[in-house]
Amino acid sequence: MNATALIDAAKDGILTGSVYALMATGLTLIFGVMDIINVAQGILVILGAYLSYALSVHLGIDLFLGLLITIPSLFVVGVVIERAFIGRLKGPEKTAMSILVTYAVSLLIEGALNIIFTVNDVQLHASYVNKSFLIGGIHFSFIYVAGFVMAVILLSALYFMLYRTRFGVSVRASLADQTSAALVGIDVRRVSTICFGIGVAVTAAGGMVYGATNAFNASTSYDLISRLLTIIVLGGMGSLGGAMIAGVSMVFIGDMVGVLWSPVWSTMAYFVVLIIVLLLRPQGLFGKPIARVA
Amino acid sequence: MNIRGKFFRALAVSAVTGASLLTIGSSSGAASSGTLAMGAPVKIGISLSLSGDFSADGLAYQQGYQLWAADVNKHGGLMGHKVVLDIVSDASSPTQVVTNYQKLISTDHVNLVFGPYSSLLTLPAAKAVSRYGYAMIEGAGGAPSVFQAGLKNVFDVTLPVANDLQPFAKWIASLSASKRPTTAAYVTSNDPFTQPQLPVAQKIMEKAGIKTVYNKVFAAEQTDFTPIADAVASAKPQVVVLGAVDVPTVSSFMQAFEQSGYNPKVFIATAGPDQGSSFLKAVGAKNANGIMVPNSWYGGSANPMSKVMVAEYIAKYGGTPSGVNADIAEAYAVGQTVAAAVNATKGFNNAAIIKYLHSGVVVQTVQGATSFNSLGQNLNMTAYTFQWQGKKFVQINPASDANSVKALFPKPAWGK
Repeated sequence: MNATALIDAAKDGILTGSVYALMATGLTLIFGVMDIINVAQGILVILGAYLSYALSVHLGIDLFLGLLITIPSLFVVGVVIERAFIGRLKGPEKTAMSILVTYAVSLLIEGALNIIFTVNDVQLHASYVNKSFLIGGIHFSFIYVAGFVMAVILLSALYFMLYRTRFGVSVRASLADQTSAALVGIDVRRVSTICFGIGVAVTAAGGMVYGATNAFNASTSYDLISRLLTIIVLGGMGSLGGAMIAGVSMVFIGDMVGVLWSPVWSTMAYFVVLIIVLLLRPQGLFGKPIARVA
Repeated sequence: MNIRGKFFRALAVSAVTGASLLTIGSSSGAASSGTLAMGAPVKIGISLSLSGDFSADGLAYQQGYQLWAADVNKHGGLMGHKVVLDIVSDASSPTQVVTNYQKLISTDHVNLVFGPYSSLLTLPAAKAVSRYGYAMIEGAGGAPSVFQAGLKNVFDVTLPVANDLQPFAKWIASLSASKRPTTAAYVTSNDPFTQPQLPVAQKIMEKAGIKTVYNKVFAAEQTDFTPIADAVASAKPQVVVLGAVDVPTVSSFMQAFEQSGYNPKVFIATAGPDQGSSFLKAVGAKNANGIMVPNSWYGGSANPMSKVMVAEYIAKYGGTPSGVNADIAEAYAVGQTVAAAVNATKGFNNAAIIKYLHSGVVVQTVQGATSFNSLGQNLNMTAYTFQWQGKKFVQINPASDANSVKALFPKPAWGK
């Protein structure tokens, strides 16, 4: 093992991890505001990747330009899902029921994607997807760097929205106590719908980067959702910053173990860390220790 | 609970147990009687990975089985009975595949079963099926672990995978000293199909003086291959032998190699590049140029039966011979082997089919001559190495074979 391999692993961990963080952001936002565990997030990432694929292959639209179409499209998809299924969930079993409902949504979308695109693997192609540039003798992949930059920009935008806008105040008030928020005149239902839409919309960016760096089909969503759930559990459910740090940690830990020890232990190493953190902080790294009032 | 309650509970348990035994008994009876009423269809139960990690292969297997069934029915069916395929999805799960075959036999009362996709699923499936006395004829369970289980009902129509890389390694070793690569990397998933293949190649190549500079195993659950690929690239081996089970794994390594400015002289993957047009679509035709894969069949095979099957496949699904997935031929060969056994034993008796296939008889299939040893391995077939040359998938060795063409060596730069 040489120093270059170690630096490469650290670089890969940070860049790839940020893409996972981008995908997990929507999941943690939706849980934070709505107490909804959206297990359809994995298939929505893949839907975002397929939308980019369709625009690129059939209309020749560049992957990054295509985001101007796919992000609003997925926002609409999110709003429709929230209005049709999620918004109807009430009562103390809402969170548990949301797992079943969003799983059903996930199966519906998976079935539709299999019919439209078949189960054969595809990957997003563009002239810059396989290109890289050198800094200090280390190769940096364009697409991963772009993914990292997008993750930072989108997470910053979400943070700004939550903490510097009037809508953000409504969101945070709903997050703290939905009943009290409603009493002071906040339209909690509307806030929830928009948050769900935003949570789904950000997957378009994550899906595009994922699809450009991995061959995928609809079934890829199962691997993705299991990773995304562990990211938000480690980061603390509902914490945007936690998702970023946990996403990077997950890949970074795996990559370093793979290089220093053996790739066969990469995945397990992350779960060992996750278990230790949960034993010490059951709410995750940045989660709130007190249960919210519905 | 009072005595009366206990009595009724015991009665209920006995009734359920009895009913279950009767179900198993009756299905075994149906399997062993081997006769079907006039005009009744012959039902063949199959569990396939129509979702999950192996879904692309599962779909190809489904097409292969359906193509065979359509051909048989066009010619009057099996022993005059129309073939009906009862296909259920196991979502690539080694536990679901067991449930599926149990249901197919004990509830759906299928007469015969065909194998699932991958060694990982074939082993538990074959164990479950053997309990009912059914023959498990399959095309994707060639790992040593499948044959080491000591099952008498397993018959793999494809070449056992352990020696798949032998012709490739021997070809590399046979190159003149000035051309022969000097370093190699071996990196593989711990999947039972692929992991046993690499040490065979490594032994031959090391004996020829090719130094191993990287040798690692990664977990089958691994999804992020960039750090492993970067570690391989930083070792700068001239040959990369990748133990993969699917297209995404191979595609990720190729992309990471290109991004790190590394291009090996030879790049072979144990699976993935054999998936025809699916592989090209994922990696791009230009990047595929020079990539190799071991297998026992390809769309350009000179086998007359294979030519007919490929023509039928293209007529139905479109494409070119190079784009036909090798899984199609494996599935089709399963059907042909079963048909030969049914015709020879004049019925659907699984015990008779097992005995017949263990007799050393040779069956001709689209993959070539097929016969089985006591473990159910098909040792009649030859391992070949194939290579993508432009958009064409060609056979490059054994060099002695008339259908082999000159290998593209060294591999062209990425995208050329």
